Amino acid sequence: MLPSITRRSASGLILGLASGLATSKLAFGQDNKYFNVTPGGAFKPIPVAVTPFDGDNGAAISGIISNNFSRSVFLAPVDPNTFPEHITNPDQAPQFDSWKSANAQFVVTGRSAPGADGRLQTQFRLWEVASGTQAAGQQYVTDPNNARRVAHIISDAIFSRITGEKGFFDTRVVFVDETGPAERRRKRLAIMDQDGANVRYLTSGDDLVVTPRFSPSSQDITYMSFGVAEDPKVLLLNIETGQREIVGNFPGMTFAPRFSPDGQKIIMSLEENGISNLYEMDIRSRATTRLSQSSAIDTSPSFSPDGSQIVFDSDRGGSQQLYVMPASGGNAQRISFGDGRYSTPVWSPKGDYIAFTKQGASTFAIGVMKPDGSGERILTEGFHNEGPTWAPNGLFLMFFRDPGGESGPHIFMIDVFGRSEFQVPTPAYASDPAWSPLLS
Amino acid sequence: MSLLKRAGFLKLAVLGFALAMAACAQTPPPNASGSAPIPGSFQDFAVNVGDRVFFDTDSTELTPTSQATLDKQAAWLQRYSQYNFTIEGHADERGTREYNFALGARRSETVKDYLVARGISPARIRTISYGKERPVATCNDISCWSQNRRAVTVLGGSQS
Repeated sequence: MLPSITRRSASGLILGLASGLATSKLAFGQDNKYFNVTPGGAFKPIPVAVTPFDGDNGAAISGIISNNFSRSVFLAPVDPNTFPEHITNPDQAPQFDSWKSANAQFVVTGRSAPGADGRLQTQFRLWEVASGTQAAGQQYVTDPNNARRVAHIISDAIFSRITGEKGFFDTRVVFVDETGPAERRRKRLAIMDQDGANVRYLTSGDDLVVTPRFSPSSQDITYMSFGVAEDPKVLLLNIETGQREIVGNFPGMTFAPRFSPDGQKIIMSLEENGISNLYEMDIRSRATTRLSQSSAIDTSPSFSPDGSQIVFDSDRGGSQQLYVMPASGGNAQRISFGDGRYSTPVWSPKGDYIAFTKQGASTFAIGVMKPDGSGERILTEGFHNEGPTWAPNGLFLMFFRDPGGESGPHIFMIDVFGRSEFQVPTPAYASDPAWSPLLS
Repeated sequence: MSLLKRAGFLKLAVLGFALAMAACAQTPPPNASGSAPIPGSFQDFAVNVGDRVFFDTDSTELTPTSQATLDKQAAWLQRYSQYNFTIEGHADERGTREYNFALGARRSETVKDYLVARGISPARIRTISYGKERPVATCNDISCWSQNRRAVTVLGGSQS
């Protein structure tokens, strides 16, 4: 008898009946996973064969999944030219012996087609070759417009099942779309799926806008905009309604905004008379609090995931370095001590690393260090890398690279071990990526 | 040598400014026939005074050249007191975006402080930082970066 599959629903988008989870006995892994991401980057990616899904929408869905895995670093899609069999019934177990000789550790089968009610029915099964068992299986019923999301949700389910880590494919990225000559770049906020699909523009391009960031808990983004007041200001924009407002009633330029992990506060820099300090605003009460008291430049603040600390960069000691202080302000400890200037620190959602931009004599690197400043590792280096943002699972980063001159920036994705780097497709030049939380 | 070079950039920058002014809709275009600028005009300020000063990397210090330019600006602005103006602070591309907004602000404040110390009323002065978002030169070497690390005095409308 075949293992059953689970139907699931997700945040109103995916409609279906939830039933008991049908997972067969695992072949390995006392902790219900097949793979150990920690403690370092010295692993071999798990070969996964994503077979073409059956049904009218099948090939599109399995194509998106396969493309996701080709950038996943931890999973490696098996070359379809080496597939030993053509799957005719995705509900039936594949011929495990022949997949074993094709070096596939897992095989994914599935189908996707409109049901009688017009809604798209998609299901997948993940088969583990060594044990000859089904490791996961689910069905999703949804509006056909959500087909891409279903493919990302399935990608996450498989990624999580195999690695034991959270997924990151069902996410979006807000970024700055850049067009026109370098001297008069037109910058628009835009949003896309993590794989570059479904680009939508959020601002018109009339005002210069930079550094968008996602709320962890709502459909809001915060960013810096020129043109809305005498000074450039931090704004809050609802991406569903398009409503926007200035954050706080501050006298000078506000910039470098970021949400607190609970989404209730925005932290930012305020510049007055050439001095930049850190402030926060409570979104509900509008109350503002000053957090740093320097006569230097304090900027690029980012909360720890538990909300108890803030990392930021400052040139209070002469050159730009990273500092950590309590979220209420107070005594800041310098944590960066390597050669060069450190900036744009961002705390990993897992809490284990702080990512940063590091400027040497002529290069800009993206790196990570532990929150106490130890274990610094450079992931990529060159001219000119900047502005890391974390995937919600803390295993990947995006950043932008701008070769300078009349050219312009593109967005790249890299894993936390620095093993592989991929350019994220965008319609034009693109910078300032900010990765959303998982949508489902 | 380096002084000569810098003077060359200044001339180029001034020319760029004059062209930009010609394209500006708010102001009557300057006489394009090559005759001397009318004293007290935008063009007079750009050509005969110099609208910008330059900074070293990650620095807000005013060099002797910059101070000389600002002394001329102060004298001109005192003579033509009908103008309000904006000091735009800029940074080159060799810094991160957020830090460069703060650095540009520091540069515009430095110039403002200098002009105020030379007797210009702070009420006439607005400052703004564009960070590295508005380079004037976009080649990828030191000659361009040094032109982008600047503070530009932009004349606004007459005081009402």
